[in-house]
Amino acid sequence: MALLELENVHSYYGNIHALKGISLTVEEGEVVTLIGANGAGKSTTLKTISGILQPRQGVVRLEGRNLTEYKAHEIVSQGVIQVPEGRRIFSRLSVRENLEMGAFTRKDTAGIKADMEKVFTLFPRLLERENQVAGTLSGGEQQMLATGRGLMARPRILLMDEPSMGLAPVLVDLIFDTIKELNEEGMTILLVEQNALLALDVADRGYVLETGTIVLAGSAKELRENPQVKEAYLGG
Amino acid sequence: MLQRFFRKYDTTDIVMWLIGAALAVIVIYGAARTLAVGKYSSDVWRDFIIFGLAQGSVYALIALGYTLVYGILFMINFAHGEVFTGGVFTAYFVAVALANSGFSDEHWILSLLILLAVAVVVSMSVAVLLERIAYRPLRNAPRLVPLITAIGASFFLQYTYRGLYGSGVKTYPDIKQLSGTWVFFGIRILRTQAVVIVASVVLMVGLYIYVQRTKAGKAMRAVAEDKEAAALMGIDVDRVIVNTFALGGALAGAAGILYAMLFKQVNAFMGFIPGIKAFTAAVLGGIGNVPGAMLGGLFLGIVESLGPSLVLDGLGIRSPYQLKDAIAFLMLVLVLIFRPTGILGERLSEKKA
Repeated sequence: MALLELENVHSYYGNIHALKGISLTVEEGEVVTLIGANGAGKSTTLKTISGILQPRQGVVRLEGRNLTEYKAHEIVSQGVIQVPEGRRIFSRLSVRENLEMGAFTRKDTAGIKADMEKVFTLFPRLLERENQVAGTLSGGEQQMLATGRGLMARPRILLMDEPSMGLAPVLVDLIFDTIKELNEEGMTILLVEQNALLALDVADRGYVLETGTIVLAGSAKELRENPQVKEAYLGG
Repeated sequence: MLQRFFRKYDTTDIVMWLIGAALAVIVIYGAARTLAVGKYSSDVWRDFIIFGLAQGSVYALIALGYTLVYGILFMINFAHGEVFTGGVFTAYFVAVALANSGFSDEHWILSLLILLAVAVVVSMSVAVLLERIAYRPLRNAPRLVPLITAIGASFFLQYTYRGLYGSGVKTYPDIKQLSGTWVFFGIRILRTQAVVIVASVVLMVGLYIYVQRTKAGKAMRAVAEDKEAAALMGIDVDRVIVNTFALGGALAGAAGILYAMLFKQVNAFMGFIPGIKAFTAAVLGGIGNVPGAMLGGLFLGIVESLGPSLVLDGLGIRSPYQLKDAIAFLMLVLVLIFRPTGILGERLSEKKA
């Protein structure tokens, strides 16, 4: 059984039919990427998984449990957490408090403390700024914080929405190195990314979205070599 | 040079400055006259300030309810004054019963705590029901809609209290042990005022710690900032909103008992004026800002207490105390004109307020 499974999911923004029957799977320990142009439905897919949007049709399953029956905040305790597009850190809370909010649904104080140490080891910059108000962080540091905050939930699967957006190339490399590192430690990741080249570099498999439907699926290698993908997303 | 000046500031700005300067002159002139005449001794001034602190701390406690709710929903809960009334008016009947049975004479601290508990529970329930029935269905409506609902709810509650508890003014029974004064460090203070100030400080410190240090308080701040991101972290946003109303209601309930200790009288419409003054205090401090509401409340309390005798008396106004409410609302107007973000607030402009 796949860890995460979407079956014929249809989502709407008001009357706009944003997802037109998305079906995909993510296996335990995989990095799967969704690539596609602006407005293809990548973020919408993540929003639907996270319960911010209710699908009108179709099912989202985590280890067989139907997630569409849960509210957004309950889905986190089911083991799905999202690192949202544009970081969405709590800018008036301190770095440490942001991380604490990531662990909001957990009660194991010792485990939370250990995970916070882990996040600080992963991103030493955050430790330096532990008590600083998060709004004063640079874009790259904010992405580190958003990622760390997601990890604090000790998720079964981490959903990452455009982690490279607006970052300098050095920082983009750092974030993607982190994704690799996390995956090597066993983290399952569903990655939405406009930069298809980078995404296919860290991913095991990928799906290509166009206007709310999956037009292509395959291993990262297959997609990288696919002429259509090359032309549309990898710059020839 | 002059041209550049006029390009930067238009006539309205200049007129507003002139009004501000004129007010400043009047205030300074009035104060100077009063002090020159020497009508009041320094003891009297000290009493004015202490009374100002006491009523100001009541305003501050109510103001926190406005500010907490605004911080989360960007909505002014204009029925908050009635949340305050609900607690103190209900507790009145308990106070009478306790006084008649002689219980409050023997155990005045315990009986005060009972009144406090009753007022807190009632005000909290009113606040939570208000949110559930009147505001939650309108969460996604345009901002004007819940504001109008709040005013409607305010009238509804006023007349409900009148219907349930009668229309007359009722007087809280005296607590014998709290009549008279205590002397702290050589300063003589009315016992009721001392209790009010100490209790408010305890509540405010408690609230500050709750908001800053506890998990629920941090979740409250997270929701205030970004509801969707908070939900994505597993925070139940609706529950945090209910908690916020409950917390504001509890503080208003406590403020009610303290108010009754200072002013004794209760009636169905009593919440209106303190409610608006607390709103003024919240705006004064910067709405949405917790320390701001505390500061604004104390400041307003002192200005209201000192203003009439310090400034108006010196200007030769016959009955300056009749104008103390006018001073409070003049403050509101002045703050809105000259510093709409309040003393501590810079957030109003940056948010979608």
